[in-house]
Amino acid sequence: MHSHLLLLVVFSALTSLVFAVLQRDTPREQGRLWLLLFAGFLGAALVLGWVMYPFPGGPA
Amino acid sequence: MAGPTASVTPLLTPLTAALLAVCAWFVPGVGHLWLRRTQKGIVFLAVLPVMFAIGLALQGRLFPFHIPEPLVALAALADLGIGALYFVAWGLGLGAGNVVAPSYEYGNTFLIVAGLLNVLVALDAYDIAVGRK
Repeated sequence: MHSHLLLLVVFSALTSLVFAVLQRDTPREQGRLWLLLFAGFLGAALVLGWVMYPFPGGPA
Repeated sequence: MAGPTASVTPLLTPLTAALLAVCAWFVPGVGHLWLRRTQKGIVFLAVLPVMFAIGLALQGRLFPFHIPEPLVALAALADLGIGALYFVAWGLGLGAGNVVAPSYEYGNTFLIVAGLLNVLVALDAYDIAVGRK
Protein backbone atom coordinates (compact mmCIF):
# COMPACT_ATOMS: atom_id res chain seq x y z
CA MET A 1 0.00 0.00 0.00
CA HIS A 2 2.17 2.84 -1.25
CA SER A 3 -0.49 5.29 -2.42
CA HIS A 4 0.11 8.49 -0.49
CA LEU A 5 -3.45 9.65 -1.09
CA LEU A 6 -4.94 6.37 0.12
CA LEU A 7 -2.81 6.46 3.27
CA LEU A 8 -3.86 10.06 3.84
CA VAL A 9 -7.53 9.12 3.48
CA VAL A 10 -7.24 6.12 5.84
CA PHE A 11 -5.30 8.10 8.45
CA SER A 12 -7.72 11.02 8.28
CA ALA A 13 -10.80 8.80 8.49
CA LEU A 14 -9.58 6.86 11.55
CA THR A 15 -8.15 9.81 13.45
CA SER A 16 -11.28 11.89 12.80
CA LEU A 17 -13.44 9.00 14.00
CA VAL A 18 -11.63 8.80 17.34
CA PHE A 19 -11.82 12.57 17.85
CA ALA A 20 -15.52 12.68 16.91
CA VAL A 21 -16.49 9.81 19.21
CA LEU A 22 -14.43 11.31 22.00
CA GLN A 23 -15.99 14.76 21.73
CA ARG A 24 -19.66 13.99 21.03
CA ASP A 25 -22.16 11.69 22.70
CA THR A 26 -24.86 10.88 20.16
CA PRO A 27 -24.17 9.00 16.92
CA ARG A 28 -25.73 11.80 14.88
CA GLU A 29 -23.46 14.46 16.40
CA GLN A 30 -20.49 12.14 16.10
CA GLY A 31 -21.20 11.57 12.41
CA ARG A 32 -21.48 15.28 11.76
CA LEU A 33 -18.22 16.08 13.56
CA TRP A 34 -16.50 13.14 11.85
CA LEU A 35 -17.45 14.50 8.43
CA LEU A 36 -16.25 17.98 9.37
CA LEU A 37 -12.91 16.75 10.74
CA PHE A 38 -12.36 14.33 7.87
CA ALA A 39 -13.01 17.06 5.30
CA GLY A 40 -10.72 19.39 7.27
CA PHE A 41 -7.89 16.84 7.33
CA LEU A 42 -8.17 16.13 3.60
CA GLY A 43 -8.67 19.75 2.60
CA ALA A 44 -5.76 21.01 4.70
CA ALA A 45 -3.42 18.29 3.40
CA LEU A 46 -4.35 18.92 -0.23
CA VAL A 47 -4.07 22.71 0.10
CA LEU A 48 -0.74 22.50 1.94
CA GLY A 49 0.56 20.00 -0.59
CA TRP A 50 -0.43 22.31 -3.42
CA VAL A 51 1.16 25.35 -1.71
CA MET A 52 4.43 23.45 -1.16
CA TYR A 53 4.51 22.09 -4.71
CA PRO A 54 7.02 24.65 -6.10
CA PHE A 55 9.44 24.31 -3.16
CA PRO A 56 12.89 22.79 -3.75
CA GLY A 57 12.91 18.99 -3.60
CA GLY A 58 9.62 18.69 -5.46
CA PRO A 59 9.06 18.33 -9.20
CA ALA A 60 10.80 21.02 -11.28
CA MET B 1 -13.88 28.25 39.89
CA ALA B 2 -16.99 26.22 39.25
CA GLY B 3 -17.19 25.07 35.66
CA PRO B 4 -20.29 23.79 33.92
CA THR B 5 -19.37 20.20 34.79
CA ALA B 6 -18.45 20.82 38.42
CA SER B 7 -21.78 19.48 39.70
CA VAL B 8 -21.37 16.08 38.02
CA THR B 9 -21.15 13.36 40.68
CA PRO B 10 -17.99 11.24 40.56
CA LEU B 11 -18.77 7.73 39.38
CA LEU B 12 -15.79 6.14 41.11
CA THR B 13 -13.47 6.79 44.03
CA PRO B 14 -10.13 8.42 43.10
CA LEU B 15 -8.26 5.15 43.58
CA THR B 16 -10.68 3.17 41.43
CA ALA B 17 -10.62 5.95 38.83
CA ALA B 18 -6.82 5.72 38.72
CA LEU B 19 -7.07 1.95 38.26
CA LEU B 20 -9.59 2.55 35.50
CA ALA B 21 -7.19 4.97 33.77
CA VAL B 22 -4.40 2.38 33.85
CA CYS B 23 -6.74 -0.29 32.44
CA ALA B 24 -7.95 2.18 29.80
CA TRP B 25 -4.34 2.80 28.77
CA PHE B 26 -3.47 -0.91 28.77
CA VAL B 27 -6.40 -1.97 26.56
CA PRO B 28 -7.89 0.74 24.32
CA GLY B 29 -11.57 1.39 25.01
CA VAL B 30 -11.79 -0.67 28.20
CA GLY B 31 -12.19 2.45 30.37
CA HIS B 32 -15.28 3.53 28.47
CA LEU B 33 -16.67 -0.01 28.50
CA TRP B 34 -16.16 -0.09 32.30
CA LEU B 35 -18.14 3.17 32.54
CA ARG B 36 -20.87 1.70 30.31
CA ARG B 37 -20.09 4.04 27.43
CA THR B 38 -20.40 0.95 25.27
CA GLN B 39 -20.58 2.58 21.85
CA LYS B 40 -17.50 4.71 22.51
CA GLY B 41 -15.61 1.80 24.03
CA ILE B 42 -16.26 -0.46 21.07
CA VAL B 43 -15.15 2.21 18.60
CA PHE B 44 -11.89 2.79 20.49
CA LEU B 45 -11.33 -0.94 20.93
CA ALA B 46 -11.68 -1.42 17.18
CA VAL B 47 -10.06 1.67 15.69
CA LEU B 48 -6.91 2.17 17.79
CA PRO B 49 -5.54 -1.38 17.39
CA VAL B 50 -6.28 -1.14 13.66
CA MET B 51 -4.25 2.08 13.44
CA PHE B 52 -1.41 0.42 15.35
CA ALA B 53 -1.54 -2.65 13.09
CA ILE B 54 -1.50 -0.47 9.96
CA GLY B 55 1.57 1.31 11.34
CA LEU B 56 3.35 -2.02 11.77
CA ALA B 57 2.23 -3.22 8.33
CA LEU B 58 3.67 -0.04 6.80
CA GLN B 59 7.04 -1.01 8.32
CA GLY B 60 7.02 1.72 10.93
CA ARG B 61 9.36 1.52 13.87
CA LEU B 62 8.69 1.11 17.58
CA PHE B 63 11.30 3.56 18.78
CA PRO B 64 13.67 2.68 21.64
CA PHE B 65 13.92 4.74 24.82
CA HIS B 66 17.17 6.40 23.83
CA ILE B 67 17.43 9.35 26.23
CA PRO B 68 20.43 11.08 24.52
CA GLU B 69 18.13 11.59 21.52
CA PRO B 70 15.11 13.35 23.04
CA LEU B 71 12.92 13.16 19.93
CA VAL B 72 13.45 9.40 19.69
CA ALA B 73 12.62 9.02 23.38
CA LEU B 74 9.45 11.09 22.93
CA ALA B 75 8.44 8.96 19.94
CA ALA B 76 9.02 5.87 22.10
CA LEU B 77 6.80 7.33 24.81
CA ALA B 78 4.08 8.01 22.22
CA ASP B 79 4.40 4.44 20.88
CA LEU B 80 4.01 3.12 24.42
CA GLY B 81 0.71 4.99 24.68
CA ILE B 82 -1.08 2.14 22.90
CA GLY B 83 -0.63 -0.06 25.99
CA ALA B 84 -0.57 -3.87 25.85
CA LEU B 85 -0.26 -3.95 22.06
CA TYR B 86 3.14 -2.27 22.34
CA PHE B 87 4.44 -5.14 24.47
CA VAL B 88 2.80 -7.76 22.24
CA ALA B 89 4.41 -6.25 19.13
CA TRP B 90 7.73 -5.93 20.92
CA GLY B 91 7.52 -9.54 22.11
CA LEU B 92 6.79 -10.76 18.60
CA GLY B 93 9.75 -8.85 17.22
CA LEU B 94 7.54 -6.50 15.19
CA GLY B 95 8.18 -2.80 14.73
CA ALA B 96 11.84 -3.08 13.77
CA GLY B 97 11.17 -0.48 11.08
CA ASN B 98 12.55 -0.40 7.56
CA VAL B 99 13.96 3.06 6.99
CA VAL B 100 14.27 2.58 3.21
CA ALA B 101 10.64 1.49 2.79
CA PRO B 102 8.51 4.17 1.05
CA SER B 103 5.87 3.80 3.76
CA TYR B 104 8.30 4.02 6.72
CA GLU B 105 7.32 7.54 7.83
CA TYR B 106 3.64 6.79 7.32
CA GLY B 107 4.04 3.75 9.53
CA ASN B 108 5.70 5.81 12.23
CA THR B 109 2.89 8.35 12.03
CA PHE B 110 0.21 5.68 12.46
CA LEU B 111 2.07 4.11 15.42
CA ILE B 112 2.72 7.40 17.20
CA VAL B 113 -0.76 8.82 16.63
CA ALA B 114 -2.44 5.57 17.74
CA GLY B 115 -0.50 5.77 21.00
CA LEU B 116 -1.25 9.43 21.60
CA LEU B 117 -4.94 8.98 20.82
CA ASN B 118 -5.12 6.11 23.30
CA VAL B 119 -3.63 8.33 26.01
CA LEU B 120 -6.31 10.90 25.18
CA VAL B 121 -8.99 8.21 25.40
CA ALA B 122 -7.66 7.00 28.77
CA LEU B 123 -7.64 10.56 30.15
CA ASP B 124 -11.21 11.04 28.90
CA ALA B 125 -12.29 7.88 30.73
CA TYR B 126 -10.58 9.14 33.90
CA ASP B 127 -12.33 12.53 33.59
CA ILE B 128 -15.71 10.82 33.29
CA ALA B 129 -14.94 8.57 36.25
CA VAL B 130 -14.04 11.45 38.59
CA GLY B 131 -17.02 13.54 37.48
CA ARG B 132 -15.26 16.18 35.39
CA LYS B 133 -17.39 15.34 32.35
